[in-house]
Amino acid sequence: MSLLLEANGLVKRYGALAVVNGVDFRVAENEAVGIVGPNGAGKTSLLNLLSGAVPVSEGRIALRGAIITGQDAAWRCRHGIGRSHQVPKPFGGMTVFENLLVAATQGGGFIQHEAYDRAVDSLELCGMLSAANRSAETLGLLERKRLELARALATGPELLLLDEIGGGLTDGEALDLVEVILDLRRRGIAIVWIEHIVHILVKVVTRLVCMDAGRIIAEGDPQSVLKDPVVISAYLGSEEVV
Amino acid sequence: MTETYKVQRWTSRSIVSTALIAALQFALLAAPFVFSANVVDHLTTLFVYVVLAITWNALAGYGGLVSVGQQLFFGFGAYGAIRLSQAGVPVYAALALGGVGSAVLALIVSSFMLKLRAGEFAIGMWVLAALVQLLVSLDPIIQGATGTSLLALNSFAPAARRADTYWFGLVAMAGVALLLFLLLRSRLGAAMQAIRDNEEAARSVGVRVQLAKRIMFVLAALGAGMAGAVWLATSISFQPNTYFGVQWTAYMIFMTLVGGIGTFEGPILGAVLFFAVEAAFGAEGVWYLIGIGAAAVGFALLLPQGIWGWMERRYALRLLPVGYVLKLQGVDAGRQHGFARRSVPPPPAAMRISEQS
Ligand SMILES: Nc1ncnc2c1ncn2[C@@H]1O[C@H](COP(=O)(O)OP(=O)(O)OP(=O)(O)O)[C@@H](O)[C@H]1O
Ligand SMILES: [Mg+2]
Repeated sequence: MSLLLEANGLVKRYGALAVVNGVDFRVAENEAVGIVGPNGAGKTSLLNLLSGAVPVSEGRIALRGAIITGQDAAWRCRHGIGRSHQVPKPFGGMTVFENLLVAATQGGGFIQHEAYDRAVDSLELCGMLSAANRSAETLGLLERKRLELARALATGPELLLLDEIGGGLTDGEALDLVEVILDLRRRGIAIVWIEHIVHILVKVVTRLVCMDAGRIIAEGDPQSVLKDPVVISAYLGSEEVV
Repeated sequence: MTETYKVQRWTSRSIVSTALIAALQFALLAAPFVFSANVVDHLTTLFVYVVLAITWNALAGYGGLVSVGQQLFFGFGAYGAIRLSQAGVPVYAALALGGVGSAVLALIVSSFMLKLRAGEFAIGMWVLAALVQLLVSLDPIIQGATGTSLLALNSFAPAARRADTYWFGLVAMAGVALLLFLLLRSRLGAAMQAIRDNEEAARSVGVRVQLAKRIMFVLAALGAGMAGAVWLATSISFQPNTYFGVQWTAYMIFMTLVGGIGTFEGPILGAVLFFAVEAAFGAEGVWYLIGIGAAAVGFALLLPQGIWGWMERRYALRLLPVGYVLKLQGVDAGRQHGFARRSVPPPPAAMRISEQS
């Protein structure tokens, strides 16, 4: 598999505090990487650096070998990096369908029927078709999270960065979400997924990364990372997770 | 599973309301033949207010750019018209080009003004307006604070001038409104509504926020410049202090906040209300200004979505067809555009919860 995204020596500082502190991170084409770690570990901050929402303090990011560190979030989205937000950010004054159309036309560069197709497709995959004409501000939290996924998908990404889209789901719903993500992988999309529900995450990802205090403290195949004593003491505690 | 769908942009309500609005514009063309001079003058003033309100709303409501210096473009539009007219350009062409001149000025200053952060931008625009006012006062033609007149208009008979200026104002208003409407209906317009709702999310789905803001900035300057030109045509005299006065922006903010920021219709309603309030209380001088200031603050605090925004939510009003409605299979065709779509694997049951609701 060829390398899709590569980040080296990423640092993000707020004042004196380094919330991401020297992270190297790679995603291969069509790979699925999970990120776990305690609250405040810097997972979302890392995602923000990768998506371009926040500029790096240090380090560089390459997409298919080309340096993109200086490109903003919109550029990265137009070049195949889609993302969801941990705290959903719907376009509240627009309908669900319109939310997706903006994503399809702007991020995906689709026009007219292609954009409609793309939006309907993404809605259907995420089970939101019947909510298409609802105003996004009337959605509940779970629907908003699903809208985050559908909207990111509508941009036609090669790499999808997902931030806690599974929180609050029942076990059955979480398993359905796993099916959706697996389906996306079958379509050739690479996934980076931050999630606290570890037993769901390991059903999808082929590699697991554990962060703590702005650093990667372990990474590798999911089962060995979860058995790593460093991971157990920093994140899992004595809990039996798998 | 749905095999086909249609995307509908016009609803019967929006067809009716758009047709009525268009018909009203045409009916207004006849006003100089029907109404007294006084009414015609008042209507011209109303058009100026409408242009100011809808373009400040475009800037702040959709672009998220709160400027307290739009008088820059109002004054510059009038000044440009005087300059062009003196250079021999036919007077109404000079007025129209004066408005366009403000748009060009906006395009130039946008390259540095739009780099500023929100608060700096708001005040920076005011400072820029004061600076340009100073420069304009230095122009020998303007004679400092004394000002000058659009002499070319004096050669028209008063009645003809009144009617021509009225039509100029009407066309300027309809033109700017149509431009904004077409923009909002376009792909870019949906992106602008996304910026209005959440700028960070808009960036994350690929919206070129800076480009969109620049377009709104230039459009708003065009509107303010046209308004300044129409105002000059009605009053003929030009004093820098009046045209570059911050009260113009204060009026824009009042009309937009009261009518409903971030909606197309709200600022138009706000302009009509402001016009009425001014007619009733305009003679009260300073108390009138304090009153509209207090009203604007009151609306911002108590009814931030404005009167129209409130009605829109309360009664699910959407008069203009700027949105998209998705119609799944089994809906009557008519004006809609239908097409088949490729099939996707059915979503898992629990992901479809909202489909049953
Ligand atoms: N804009 C900011 N300014 C200052 N500090 C910030 C900012 N954004 C994040 N932080 C800090 O960075 C640290 C990492 O936050 P981050 O959101 O990346 O954690 P996380 O791993 O995603 O946690 P969670 O699991 O709770 O979502 C936290 O201590 C947070 O307070
Ligand atoms: Mg987080």
